[in-house]
Amino acid sequence: MTKPLVAIRSVSKNFGEFQALKNVSLDVWPGEVMCLIGASGSGKTTLLRCINQLAMIDSGGIWLDGELLGVREQGGRLHRLSEQQIGRQRLKTGMVFQRFNLFPHRTALENITEGPTQVQGRKADEVRAEAIELLRRVGLAAKADSYPAQLSGGQQQRVAIARALAMKPMLMLFDEPTSALDPELVGEVLAVMKELAKSGMTMMVVTHELGFAREVADRVVYMDQGAIVEQGRASDVLGAPREERTKAFLSAVI
Amino acid sequence: MKPAPALAEGFPDLSGMRIAREPHWFRWISAALIVLVLAAIVRAFANGQIEWSYVGRFLTVKVILEGIVNTMVMAVLAMMLGIFLGIVVAVMRLSPNPVLKSVAAGYTWLFRGTPLILQLLLWFNLALVFPTIGIPGLWTARAVDVMTPFLAALLGLGINQGAYTSEVMRAGMLSVDIGQYEAAQAIGMGRLRALRRIVLPQAMRVVIPPLGNEFIGMVKATSLASVIQYPELLHNAENIYYANSRVIELLIVAGLWYLLVVSILTPLQMLLERRFARGTLRLAR
Repeated sequence: MTKPLVAIRSVSKNFGEFQALKNVSLDVWPGEVMCLIGASGSGKTTLLRCINQLAMIDSGGIWLDGELLGVREQGGRLHRLSEQQIGRQRLKTGMVFQRFNLFPHRTALENITEGPTQVQGRKADEVRAEAIELLRRVGLAAKADSYPAQLSGGQQQRVAIARALAMKPMLMLFDEPTSALDPELVGEVLAVMKELAKSGMTMMVVTHELGFAREVADRVVYMDQGAIVEQGRASDVLGAPREERTKAFLSAVI
Repeated sequence: MKPAPALAEGFPDLSGMRIAREPHWFRWISAALIVLVLAAIVRAFANGQIEWSYVGRFLTVKVILEGIVNTMVMAVLAMMLGIFLGIVVAVMRLSPNPVLKSVAAGYTWLFRGTPLILQLLLWFNLALVFPTIGIPGLWTARAVDVMTPFLAALLGLGINQGAYTSEVMRAGMLSVDIGQYEAAQAIGMGRLRALRRIVLPQAMRVVIPPLGNEFIGMVKATSLASVIQYPELLHNAENIYYANSRVIELLIVAGLWYLLVVSILTPLQMLLERRFARGTLRLAR
């Protein structure tokens, strides 16, 4: 039997008094496309950031590809990993941010090659060829030498997706990838994500695009107040929600 | 809803009319007054007790030219030391490690808190505290031999500059969006690599104008090293007027050279700014 790519067990995370995640457990299977939906403050973005270790969990554990993230167990205690070890673990995930976060002083191509050459220490010409191929895949081959400021929001986000893919991650994390975009630019980013889903990439997508969730997601997870309220097939959760809170959220959104 | 009405009457057609040029009388009058005042000042100096021929003669004399070279060498070296220390201290200041943080804060406190001229004198007179310096068993020397005017000036000016530059650098790093750190982390970068590759290049754009300011300040601050016998421009000018008593003339010579150097530095700073503005909207368009 296959194992889950991500196993989240009893994870809690607090920001001061605020409980962002309350005892969350969840599995993500290889090749699965999971959409996380819920109101802002429901903990879905925090969950994503914990998997990428941009936020450190307070209790529980997250396993990625069978490896415990952020800590190691020794003598009945947990010890934090070093920055290098955490950096190595992060290479298994690619992150796409709401506000793109491209490096403004580097061209589109340089944004993509930065990680493979600087962090993975791979050969520049080989990485460059791959980066050009990635830019072609997201439809931006002509923009290789453009700086982020010269690109539209949708183009920047597609470069950001290519930048994450260049690290050859096992899991792609999308944190509201279309929320900062003008409405007419949302489609081009979703199209790239659909293509990626079709190629078999495991994806966790925090999104408000219910149409995308319905069409692409294998599973939809609805979160509220730091906990998972309901999950299941997109058609079930979005079409025939069982929980009252899910129903209230969906009727407010649509 | 009513259909949109035709355009209302009573608003004349202004198309084809030009905007008239205003005479700006007040600007002309004030400019003329300023010219008059300047002319009066120039006349006063021309008729004053200044032998202008001495200014012209000593402007390019060898000792003065050597002084400028020494001034510039010291300004550049001390600024490099200052920027290096500034970056290191700013990184320490922003580190999560409380020990590094306190050391950085203490350094800034100490060297910003005392006058520069006092620090120069302390470095120069270090031999009074430590007659011999060195690594026991490996190498020792008499402090008077090691602490030359050059080294004392370099340490005094550079270390003092580092305390100021660290705050400029810290401001620059804080100006970079937190999302840039996160994006760098997300592609597996550690803190130092993210600083070097992603954050500092973006911070440079912000810190160059204040650093240009600091460097201009440094060029002039080197004149303080005249008190510890470093042969920079002012020191050499003083040596000449000790001999020939042409005090004002030689001070004017030094002043003209400082002005010239600073005037050359300003366009250089603009070139640097352009270099680090890569990818910003103003240049991209």
